Amino acid sequence: MNFLRKYLNNVKPNFEPEGKLHAFRSLFDGFETFLFVPNQTSKTGVNIHDAIDSKRIMSFVVIALLPALLFGMYNVGFQNYKAAGALADASFFSMFLYGALQVLPKIIVSYVVGLGIEFAWAQWKGEEIQEGFLVSGIIIPLIIPIGCPLWALAIAVAFAVVIGKEIFGGTGMNIFNVALITRAFLFFSYPTKMSGDAVWVANDTIFGLGNTLPDTFTCATPLGEIAQGVASNASLADMVFGFIPGSIGETSVIAIAIGAVILLWTGIASWRTMFSVFVGGAVTAYIFEALGMTHIAWYEHLVLGGFCFGAVFMATDPVTSARTQCGQYWYGAIIGVVAVIVRVMNPGYPEGMMLAILFMNMFAPLIDYCVVQKNISKRMKRLTNK
Amino acid sequence: MANVIKLRKGLNINLKGKAARQKFSSGKCAQYALVPDDFVGMTPKVVVREGDTVKVGDALFVNKKQTDVKFASPVSGVVSAVVRGDRRKVLRVVVDADKEQQYVDFGQKQVASLDGDAVVKALLDAGLFGYINQLPYAVSTTPDQKPRAIFVSALRDMPLAGDFEFELEGNERDFQTGLSALAKVAKTYLGIGAQQTSAALTGAKDVEVTVFDGACPAGNVGVQVNNIAPVNKGEVVWTVDPTAVIFFGRLFNTGKVDLRRLVAVAGSEINEPAYTEALVGQPISSLVEGKLAKTEHVRLINGNPLTGRKCTTADYVGGHTSEITAIPEGDDVDEMLGWILPRTNDFSVSRSYFSWLFGKKKEYSLDARVKGGERHMIMSGEYDKVLPMDIYGEYLIKAIIAGDIDRMEQLGIYEVAPEDFALAEFVDSSKLELQHIVRQGLDMLRKENA
Repeated sequence: MNFLRKYLNNVKPNFEPEGKLHAFRSLFDGFETFLFVPNQTSKTGVNIHDAIDSKRIMSFVVIALLPALLFGMYNVGFQNYKAAGALADASFFSMFLYGALQVLPKIIVSYVVGLGIEFAWAQWKGEEIQEGFLVSGIIIPLIIPIGCPLWALAIAVAFAVVIGKEIFGGTGMNIFNVALITRAFLFFSYPTKMSGDAVWVANDTIFGLGNTLPDTFTCATPLGEIAQGVASNASLADMVFGFIPGSIGETSVIAIAIGAVILLWTGIASWRTMFSVFVGGAVTAYIFEALGMTHIAWYEHLVLGGFCFGAVFMATDPVTSARTQCGQYWYGAIIGVVAVIVRVMNPGYPEGMMLAILFMNMFAPLIDYCVVQKNISKRMKRLTNK
Repeated sequence: MANVIKLRKGLNINLKGKAARQKFSSGKCAQYALVPDDFVGMTPKVVVREGDTVKVGDALFVNKKQTDVKFASPVSGVVSAVVRGDRRKVLRVVVDADKEQQYVDFGQKQVASLDGDAVVKALLDAGLFGYINQLPYAVSTTPDQKPRAIFVSALRDMPLAGDFEFELEGNERDFQTGLSALAKVAKTYLGIGAQQTSAALTGAKDVEVTVFDGACPAGNVGVQVNNIAPVNKGEVVWTVDPTAVIFFGRLFNTGKVDLRRLVAVAGSEINEPAYTEALVGQPISSLVEGKLAKTEHVRLINGNPLTGRKCTTADYVGGHTSEITAIPEGDDVDEMLGWILPRTNDFSVSRSYFSWLFGKKKEYSLDARVKGGERHMIMSGEYDKVLPMDIYGEYLIKAIIAGDIDRMEQLGIYEVAPEDFALAEFVDSSKLELQHIVRQGLDMLRKENA
């Protein structure tokens, strides 16, 4: 690998302030630190550092998302073939390939638009590129329906990165989860592309794969059906394995559970948040079930829709969630409660996870404030009791 | 039976090159130097001139704000240089040592018959008082405010730190005398580790002994203060290095200033790491001569790798230096795609690496690379895991970065020293310079409250 290092050292002066390619400094820096661990040594403070850095953390979140992504690709194909009644003739491979070809453009658009803005912003501010969007960029395609058009996605990503993150100061300073802002933007600006009965199944062919479905074809998600008062015919096994229509990455509880294990084992996600989202959701759903206000069992609320995906990958975003340990219990539990309340009590929105998390993103600083204030009060009391 | 305080938070970093319990000789040197920067927060006023003759115990410089706080020369001889840096800042006062050392006689004293003021006066006269630090601000203290309590931590548990129990061997009587003297000034607490068994520690008289059972930073005196009785606004507590207690004891027992101490010379770049007896102010070159495994791409540290300062062989053993360590600098290492490789030779508390797999016995040779770019604070709870204090570290750091003085006070900045954040700085995935940030916050408040 020496030749690569030598080559980078050779071209590096071009990207320095006086160099002719200075306008691409952030890009070069990003590429260089991607290839090689920076060998800059500490100047003050500790002389040794833990090997962990934000690149490693973000990469592991992306790895944790891969099972959901891969299953999502397969499920896109599966739903298309199922809708066309062609399941019997379709091979696993052709369904997966079809789904991959449908999903890939969304991933590319999300990354190109998002990272493009990040690079330009880093160049403008003279900062290093921050890795936050590596995760947001892959989450975004997973939380939208396959029928969401690419142009709308591009606009939403640009909005979320600029208004949701960069104007606050970049990764680590944002108040709302960037991926959820993208989704909320799409949800409220282009409701027909994000919800309803016509967006959950891919309806055209790619490179001869897949089936063209008639324009009149509709297929609601199980949650959508329940919101309309129709009993869903999806079995519990389908819900857990994920063979149901829904946003690309949210359907399979098992794929998400693999991701959850990776996140919890590496300690990247807070188990307190994740655990309490499920507890909050389960308790609330159980109460509604007991009161006869919801048609489905309490555990079905947890496995349907974006509940699992939100609990595992979005509620645990360390930047926008509560930071104190005690606060994380409250933060998570209220997300679970609010998500189920929106589902059951609001006839307009079949799914409440996005709104619940965004809502609690807003209140996370308040929860932390109360927890920290307790510590402060204790200190003040000590002072007055002296 | 002493009180036992169990600390669940913390982290022991197992580094290669721990000093063996053996002593090697580092010999006598021609020149010694006292460095004012070793006494944090003190502005020096030099009271000698080049060519002056000094004895051991004569003041070389004093605290400009409180001139009765003197700093004694570790050797007798002729002052050969007062080295100044930018804006005439005093960097060090160099003394050419006599062959036969001459001591100022301060007179032996029976500590039992002294009162607190007499102890303070004796320490001031002998130029040893400045070795006492204080909380708040974690600076060298002054005698104008009576301390609420005095804390001594005999546990050095930072990676590669010199073992105080080994240093204590042969100095038990002086240590006890020093403790008894401090106890005359204010209630004195001695913090020891659960593994420390020396009778001079467990059975120390006139002080309250507390056993701290836990991983690093259980030995940090700031952590111990916080767990015994936190510092409130307006109070002062003294924190004393255990070696300084021995210095104090020697003064009362012999009437002389004797700044000999045991220094561990350790680290993965040191051949046969061991201890040596050195004087405060001794050139570091004499300690590491012939012991460095390499001469290039090596980082020499005055202190341990977590709290010590980067130094060179031209520097001197500091007033609070209990170890000199050498680790690889790492500036010649090109590690490809490190963010995704297993990196089994690197240590991490994160289980996204494999350190957890190798157990606690594996020794690591860590270099001085930061291993990542500085980011905003992203992950939460990282600091809390290694900060066994009743403090919200992240919030305190944010308040300091924001320069919000009221908030810093509320969040307990008076209770912390930069070294308490050393482990948090080590584990921080955002690579913030926490010790530097805390120091800035402390300086800001000290200026504000002056």
